[in-house]
Amino acid sequence: MFRYANPAQFMRLSGLLLPWVSILAVIALAIGLFLGFRVPPDYQQGMTVTIMFVHVPAAIVAESAYALIAVASIFSLVWRHPLADTAARAAAPLGAMFTALGLITGSLWGRPMWGAYWVWDARLTSFLLLLFLYLGYIALWNALEDETRAARAAAILALVGAVNLPVIKFSVDWWNTLHQGESILSGQIAPVFLWPLLTMALGYVLLFVALWLVRIRTEIVNRRARSLMQRGEAA
Amino acid sequence: MSFAFRSLLMRDLRLAARSGGSAFLALAFFALMATLVPLGVGADLHLLARVAAGVLWVGAVLAALLSLDRLFQGDFDDGSLDLIALSPLSLEEVALAKFLAHWLSTGLPLTLLSPLLALFFGLSPLGTEMLVLSLLIGTPAVSAVGAIGASLTLSLKRGGLILPLLILPLLTPVVIFGAGAVSTALDGLANGALGLLAAFSVAAVLLSPFVTAACVRLNLAG
Repeated sequence: MFRYANPAQFMRLSGLLLPWVSILAVIALAIGLFLGFRVPPDYQQGMTVTIMFVHVPAAIVAESAYALIAVASIFSLVWRHPLADTAARAAAPLGAMFTALGLITGSLWGRPMWGAYWVWDARLTSFLLLLFLYLGYIALWNALEDETRAARAAAILALVGAVNLPVIKFSVDWWNTLHQGESILSGQIAPVFLWPLLTMALGYVLLFVALWLVRIRTEIVNRRARSLMQRGEAA
Repeated sequence: MSFAFRSLLMRDLRLAARSGGSAFLALAFFALMATLVPLGVGADLHLLARVAAGVLWVGAVLAALLSLDRLFQGDFDDGSLDLIALSPLSLEEVALAKFLAHWLSTGLPLTLLSPLLALFFGLSPLGTEMLVLSLLIGTPAVSAVGAIGASLTLSLKRGGLILPLLILPLLTPVVIFGAGAVSTALDGLANGALGLLAAFSVAAVLLSPFVTAACVRLNLAG
């Protein structure tokens, strides 16, 4: 982990990984979409069940990205890992977008399923809160000028907000929710729907990783450019 | 309570009670909100009684929020925070003293004013009783979580703008369970919401000094 704290090492490794991750992401998404469109209509939901293949993976990535930010924040605070701050900062806008995507696709699915674009049940409310937590995190990074201070403050904020993650995950168990309960890990989902779902989930995760690597690499290059400019001005 | 703790507490209370301080402002804002909502929603007392708990709870949270950005900022700007940090008090005790002062100068007065404002909404005596109880239990959590946000943004000139964005998501359980306690009581059900509110409050009040102190430390060190 700390070997890649050296930006040059990280650039080399991510430069090697990035093309493969991107290609795999495109392949996984293509296969997932292909399988998804070929599923038979669900006995209850008809063809609107296919919204699941864009909604559930988005929600999975949204929560995983925040968990990633929380872990990176721990690395930043406890071990002072140099790239942890950059990694966390880079992941946040991506996580926010996947959360928004999850909210929008879920809303579109809710209209035919439940008759409502939005309900205030526990799962939806806590997932909406996740979006606000992301926005607050991004705002804090942008508000503080001193990079070190911003990194530490944002790390603490991320850890405080991480309390929301188990709430989202277990909200369908703890409360009477309209939202679907646990069906993937409990094996209640039929295989014909499970495989497109897992393929799309893999595609979304690879897409996130690809975009995330691009963002971290861009930030490292930006930092180098800034220090070169400062040296140029000083000279 | 050590002498240092008491002095810091009294100092903050005195500052809040003055004309530029937060106590009066929070009460005025709360009262104005409780006036505007019925004017906007319409005079139907049945409807107002149903929304009373939620509206008054949101009003209390927003009113308490008004003065939070100045919790540490004033002291930070004129250098007193550095001196306070050098005192025999640990930063955790400083954080505790500060948000205790904030609660005593905003949360508690808001709680005491709420029965009067519940009249504007035609809330029943049982509902009002529950509202006061839930505000009493929940407003310390608002001050505690608010202190975390205040310490994160204390070095910002206009930190007050992003402070609500940081802490309102964290305060949603307080609003949900606080207003929920009133509606559960009015429905005649056993009150789980009050218990959950109390649990959240206790957790917030106990954990916030540590988080707040960490944030103050990182801002002072920079």
